[in-house]
Amino acid sequence: MDFGGWDMPVAYGSQIDEHHAVRQAAGVFDVSHMCVADLHGPRTRELLSRLLANDVARLAMSGKALYSCMLNERAGVIDDLIVYFLAEDCFRLVVNAGTRTGDLAWIAHHAGPYGVRVEERTDLAMLAVQGPAAREHVVALLPEADAARARALPVFYGTQLRDWFVARTGYTGEDGFEIMLPLAQAAPLWRQLNAAGVRSCGLGARDTLRLEAGMNLYGNDMDEHTNPLESGLAWTVAFEPATRDFVGRASLEAVRNAGPARRLVGLVLDERAVLRAHQRVQAPGIGDGEVTSGTFSPTLSCSIGLARVPAATGNTVQVDVRGRLLNARVVRPPFVRHGKALVGTIAAATSAAGAAG
Amino acid sequence: MSNIPGDLQYTRSHEWVRALADGTVEVGISDHAQAALGDLVFVELPEPGRALKAGEACAVVESVKAASDVYAPIAGTVVTVNEQLAQSPELVNSDPYGGGWMMRLRPAAGALEGLLSAQAYAAVTAGA
Repeated sequence: MDFGGWDMPVAYGSQIDEHHAVRQAAGVFDVSHMCVADLHGPRTRELLSRLLANDVARLAMSGKALYSCMLNERAGVIDDLIVYFLAEDCFRLVVNAGTRTGDLAWIAHHAGPYGVRVEERTDLAMLAVQGPAAREHVVALLPEADAARARALPVFYGTQLRDWFVARTGYTGEDGFEIMLPLAQAAPLWRQLNAAGVRSCGLGARDTLRLEAGMNLYGNDMDEHTNPLESGLAWTVAFEPATRDFVGRASLEAVRNAGPARRLVGLVLDERAVLRAHQRVQAPGIGDGEVTSGTFSPTLSCSIGLARVPAATGNTVQVDVRGRLLNARVVRPPFVRHGKALVGTIAAATSAAGAAG
Repeated sequence: MSNIPGDLQYTRSHEWVRALADGTVEVGISDHAQAALGDLVFVELPEPGRALKAGEACAVVESVKAASDVYAPIAGTVVTVNEQLAQSPELVNSDPYGGGWMMRLRPAAGALEGLLSAQAYAAVTAGA
């Protein structure tokens, strides 16, 4: 399918099988549509301290990564991204495909006064290998010295191993690596991984995995008209130290001080239907909201979603699903961690009761 | 190339019809349809006893991607539905013409006119 101008597979076979492969073993995704941009210059850290809502002062050790929003002056989210501290004069950003042009223009506009040069790395492809067995599969393909360094990589760190930048990050809720590598090496690595039993996985599985893991999707769960506090992303905003001014800080403080009017919650649907973006949500006696992301959770065997609702919303809501008002439970994401369901489902409860009875 | 068994009849909306020895017909959706839908997660089937007009929306298949209506290929009455699809909707994907059957209808008089042969349906899907 056409995904923001990139021709990408939704699935190679069954997207549900691909999902289970990642939760139980390992899968590989082509995420080369993501934009890698290296920022160069001795004042790069200062620039990022101003541009990002999370604080790059947290990046003290080389290779450490940080997930952050980049805000506009109204505290709307321009994008969410990961920034890697490579060297004091070089930080790497990975931003979304659909927002690449706007992001790079925004960064370049702010970079000038700091003397920072932005280098878009169109020479790199990116593969994500994810699942409990993912790292072992990648390590097995590396020469011994590189294998040891890859094996030792802590969570949310990256390291340059010859041509490959290997980062212990991902968008599935499982352990694994994201590998940024020269374009010509991507297909051969893919084939080697397949040969070792790593399943090819497409966009369909990518979406069900990230939603189970409670991870936001830019464009659905937040955009330039929503702020992080109403998008489940308060944890990514560093208000301390109070002396650090960042773009959007003043607007965001105003929202924080007044108390955000809306919040992003998780929903679990116990009925035989699927939550989908834009369905209307009713919080009884409180007001309306909207589903921002919805899908069928293969791990839970029911539909899950994220929704932006009035802040005072309680434990249950009703969702208008194709003309019927269905009850949904409000939960705190994630829905799944380490392959296990964190939220109970009626199906699980009835089968447990059946087994016990 | 999707699988289109020669011994069945079809509709433009991707349902198939199999005539059974007892005069009823068995109905499901084609291989082309299941591939386009992706993994099914829910199937809603009509109540036995319900009378259907040809072309009437009578069932819903919901995949991870989207929900779609299934249309009665002929006028008739629902005799029985495939109860297995409640637990195993994926049968429609893995075995659309066998284990993935959806319902059996007793056709109204003259109802079997107007269905497509396998060849004609192949032409429809080739154009799709």
